[in-house]
Amino acid sequence: MALLDVEDLSVTFARRGQRTVRAVDGVSFSVDAGEVVGLVGESGCGKSVTSLAIMGLLPRQKGVHIGGKASFDGTDLLQLDARSMRDVRGRDVAMIFQDPLSSLNPVVPLGIQVTEVLQRHRGMKGEAAAKEAAALLDRVGIPDPRRRLKEFPHQLSGGMRQRALIAMAVACRPRLLIADEPTTALDVTIQAQILELLKELVRESGTALVMITHDLGVVAGMCDTINVLYAGRVIETARRRPLFAEPHHPYTVGLLGSVPRLDAGRGERLTPIPGSVRDVLPWPDGCAFAPRCHRRVDACVGEPPELVLTHTGHSYRCVNPVTGPVAPARAQEEQA
Amino acid sequence: MSGVATPGRKKAEKIDRLAELSAAHDDERGVSLWQEAFRRLRRNPAAITGAAILMLFVLVAVFGPFLVPYATTDTIGVREGLVKSGQGIIPGSSADHWLGFDHQGRDEFSRLVVGARQTLLVGVVSTLVGLAVGALIGGIAGAAAGIGGRWGRWIDTTLMRIVDMLLALPSLLLAVSIAALLGASLVTVMIAVGMISVPVFARLLRGSMIAQAGSDYVLAATALGVRKSKIALTHIVPNSLAPVIVQATLTLATAIIEAAALSFLGLGNPDSAVPEWGVMLADAQPYLGTRPALAIYPAVAIIITALGFTLLGEAMREALDPKLRK
Amino acid sequence: MFRFIVRRLLQVIPTLFGLSILLFIWLHRLPGGPETAILGERGTPEMRAAIRRNLGLDEPILVQYGRFMKRLIQFDLGTSTSTKREVTTEFLQRFPGTVELTVMAMLIAIGLGIPLGYLAARRRGTIVDHASVAGSLIGICIPVFFLAYVLKAVFAENLGWLPSAGRQDPTIGATRITNFFVLDGLMTREWDAAADALIHLILPGLALASIPLAVIVRITRASVLEVLGEDFVRTAEAKGLTESVVRRRHVLRNAMLPVATSIGLLTGQLLSGAVLTETVFAFSGIGAFLADAISQRDYPVLQGFILIIALVYVLVNLVVDVSYTLIDPRVRVR
Repeated sequence: MALLDVEDLSVTFARRGQRTVRAVDGVSFSVDAGEVVGLVGESGCGKSVTSLAIMGLLPRQKGVHIGGKASFDGTDLLQLDARSMRDVRGRDVAMIFQDPLSSLNPVVPLGIQVTEVLQRHRGMKGEAAAKEAAALLDRVGIPDPRRRLKEFPHQLSGGMRQRALIAMAVACRPRLLIADEPTTALDVTIQAQILELLKELVRESGTALVMITHDLGVVAGMCDTINVLYAGRVIETARRRPLFAEPHHPYTVGLLGSVPRLDAGRGERLTPIPGSVRDVLPWPDGCAFAPRCHRRVDACVGEPPELVLTHTGHSYRCVNPVTGPVAPARAQEEQA
Repeated sequence: MSGVATPGRKKAEKIDRLAELSAAHDDERGVSLWQEAFRRLRRNPAAITGAAILMLFVLVAVFGPFLVPYATTDTIGVREGLVKSGQGIIPGSSADHWLGFDHQGRDEFSRLVVGARQTLLVGVVSTLVGLAVGALIGGIAGAAAGIGGRWGRWIDTTLMRIVDMLLALPSLLLAVSIAALLGASLVTVMIAVGMISVPVFARLLRGSMIAQAGSDYVLAATALGVRKSKIALTHIVPNSLAPVIVQATLTLATAIIEAAALSFLGLGNPDSAVPEWGVMLADAQPYLGTRPALAIYPAVAIIITALGFTLLGEAMREALDPKLRK
Repeated sequence: MFRFIVRRLLQVIPTLFGLSILLFIWLHRLPGGPETAILGERGTPEMRAAIRRNLGLDEPILVQYGRFMKRLIQFDLGTSTSTKREVTTEFLQRFPGTVELTVMAMLIAIGLGIPLGYLAARRRGTIVDHASVAGSLIGICIPVFFLAYVLKAVFAENLGWLPSAGRQDPTIGATRITNFFVLDGLMTREWDAAADALIHLILPGLALASIPLAVIVRITRASVLEVLGEDFVRTAEAKGLTESVVRRRHVLRNAMLPVATSIGLLTGQLLSGAVLTETVFAFSGIGAFLADAISQRDYPVLQGFILIIALVYVLVNLVVDVSYTLIDPRVRVR
C-alpha cells in the first residue's frame, strides 16, 4: 500500500454572493514511501490547495468544503479532528513553503522557531533541544549554526532562510514532506543548491517527498513520478522518463513546448499554449482543457474524459491523445 | 528616530516595470479606485446605516427649524405654569410636548430638532478648519520630504516638530486656552475644536504623500521627465487624498463630541437662544436626579450622529484599503 | 540600545525648549492677566499695575522668559498666583492622582481590549466579532463626561455600590507618603486605605477607559486579522504547534506591534489630564486644576504643568519605542 493515497480529493470555496469556486476537483494520486512525486501545473490549477488540504491547513469554516480521501498510512487525514491533526503535522507530515522570508516569524529568533518543533513532537527541552537544533541547521548546510540560532530571519540570506525552513520541516524525521514551490522565490544558483539538499535529505532519511511546482526543470531533475494537474484535476500521471519522452495529454505536450531548450535550433520558436487558465470548461461538461486545445474533437465536449491506463503504467485523461515520442532529446537530457 | 527596515524592492526591478506602469498610471486608475470603493460601500450594511443616519441628520438640520411646533426661545412651560424648575417640577412627554420641557420651560423636542443645525455647523466647520490647517502643514511637509531634496527634508523636519509639540499638548487644554484667548463664542468653539485635529491631518497627509512619492508610478513619471511640481499636483496629492477624506469623516464624529465637551466646561456658545446639543447636555446637569431624560435626549442625539459619521468613515476606510480588498 | 535612549533623550531638549517658548508667548497673549482673576473687574488701574509689578509681569517678555529659564534650570517652577503655593508642590500633590487614574483606565482598556480584539479577529464574522466592533464604535461615540455621569448615577447614586467622588474616604485618615494613595496604603500596610483608594478609582477608571478600550479593541482586531493571514502563521500551524503557542508566540507577538504604539499614545493622552472625568468625579488630579489655572491665568502653574506633561508624554513614547525595538528586531536603532 502506498504511504499517501489521495482519492478524488475536492475542495470548494463558497462565498456569500459569489460563485462557488472548485479549486480542486477530483484529484487522485499516490506516494510510496521514499518516493519523490511531482505535482505540476500552472498557477491556479489547484496544486497548492491540494497540499494545504492534505495538511489540514485550510480554514475550518463554513464555505470551505473538502471531499474525498487522503489516506496516510491507513488513516484518512481529512477525517482527523483538529487536535489529532496537530499531532500529525510536523511529526509525520511536514511542509515547506514558497517564500522563505514571509514564512518565518520575523520577531522570533531562529533558534526558538526550530526548537519549538522539537519540543512539541519530541519532548526535547533546553540544552538538548538547542544541541539538536544546531545539528539540524548544520545538516541543512547552515554554517556556524550556534550563532545563527540566536539570529532573526531578516539577518539571513534567502537561501539560508529556506534551509532553515527545511531544517524545521525535517526536524522530526517526517515520513512525508510536502514542498510547495520551494525554490520559486530564490535566485537560480541557490535554487540548485536547495534542490540538491532536498534530494540528499530524501535519499538519506527515506522520507517521501511531494514536490509542487510549475517548473518542469525541477521535476525533471528530481521526481520519480509526475502528476500533471489542470483545472483541479490530474490529467496525466507517469514515471519521469515516459512522461518526458512520450507525453500523451496535449496539455503536457504544451507545457513541455513552452520551456526554452538549449538544444533547440536557433530560429526555432517556443510554442506557447494559447489562452489562459481562466478559459476552462467545468469538468462535468467535458475536458476542461478543450477550449485551449489544438487537438480538440467533438468527443472532448459533453462528458469528462475517462482515465486511460497504458500497459507501461502511464495514465492520462484525453480522448484524442498525442502518440509517439515528441522530444527524443529530452529523455537523454534528464538522465544527466 | 526609528523605522522599520522592510526589504526594499530593488530599483532595477522597478525600472523594468516603468513602461507598463507609465501607461497604467493615467486617471483611469483614480476613477476605478473610487468606483470600486463606491461599489463596495453600497454592499456594506454598516455604510448604508451610517449614510442613512447622516441623511436623516442633515435633513433635520436643514428643514427641521422650519417645521418645529414651538419657537426655541418660547418659555411656554413657565408661562402656562407647568414648569417650576426651582421646585424640581419639569413635566415629561405629553401630547402637545412630545419630549416635555427643558428647565426653562421651553419645548424640548423643538430645541432638539433645531439643535441639529448647530451641531452640524460646528462639526463641519471645525473639521474644515482642522483639515485646512493640517493639510496645509502636512502637504508642504510631505511635498518637501517627498521630492524636495535636502532643503525639503529640513522643512519637513521643522514642520513635523511643531506638529509633534501640538500633539504633546493636552488637546482639550489647547481648546480651553483658545477659548480663553478668543472669548466664548461659536467661532471660538469651531476654531478650538478644529485645532485639536490639526496634527492628525498633518501627519496623515504627509505620511500618505511620502508613501506615494516612493511609489512606482511617481518613479515612472520622474523617469519620463515630468516636472516635480506637476507630479506633486497631478499624481501625489490626488492619490493621497483618500485617507484624508476618510479621516475627515471620522473627525466629524469626534468634533461633535469635543464641541459638546467644551460646552460642558462652560466654554460653548454662550447664546442660549440658539439650542445646541452640547449646551443642552450641560444645562441638564443640575436636573440629572429629577429629570435625567433632559440629559439623555441630547446625549443620545450626539451618540447617534457621531455613530453615523464613524460607521460611514470606517466603511470608507475599509472600501479604500487595498489590503482588505479580497 | 543605550546610545539610542540617550540620543532620544537629547532630542527631547530642543522639543521642550521650543514648546516653552511657544507656551510663553501663547500664555502671555491671553487677554486679562492674573490681576483680573485676583481682583475681579473692580480693581483700579493702580492696583492692577501693582500686582503685575509684583509678579514681574511688567517687564519685557524676553526678560520674563530669561528669568523663567534660569529658575527652570534649578528645577524651580515658581509659585502659583492663585494658590500661592509652589508649583512643584501642587504638581506632586495632584499628578499622582492622575497617574493612578490613568494606570487604572489603561489596565482596564488593555486587559479587556486585547483579548476582545483577538477573539473578534479569530471569530471573524460571528456574533462575538460584530458585538465587539459595535461596542467599540459606541465607545468612541459616547461623550466621556456623559458616560461618567451615567456610571456615577447608576453605580454610585442609585445602587450605592461604589463611591461617587474623591480619591479616598477622608475619615480613614490614611498616612501620605508619595500621594499615590494606593501605593501609600500598601507601603504603610494600611490595607483598608489602599482598598478604599482602589475602589474610588473604579468608576472614573471605567469612564476614562472607554475610548482607549475602543481603540485597543479595534487595533488589536485589525492587526490580528492581518497577522492571521501571514505565511509564518501557516508555517507554525504546519509544524503542528499547539494552539496556545501559535497564538502567543506567532500571532499575538506580531500583532502587538501596532497595539504597543497606540497604547503609548493613549497613555500619553490620558496622563495629560482627564479634565472631564476628574471634574465629574471631583477627583483631585491635574486635569481640573489645569482648567482652573487657565481661567485664573495662573501662568507659573500653566507653564510648569504643561512642560512636565509634555516631558512625561515624550518619555512615555520613548518607553514605547524602546519596547518596540525589543519586540521587533527588524526596527533598526538609528
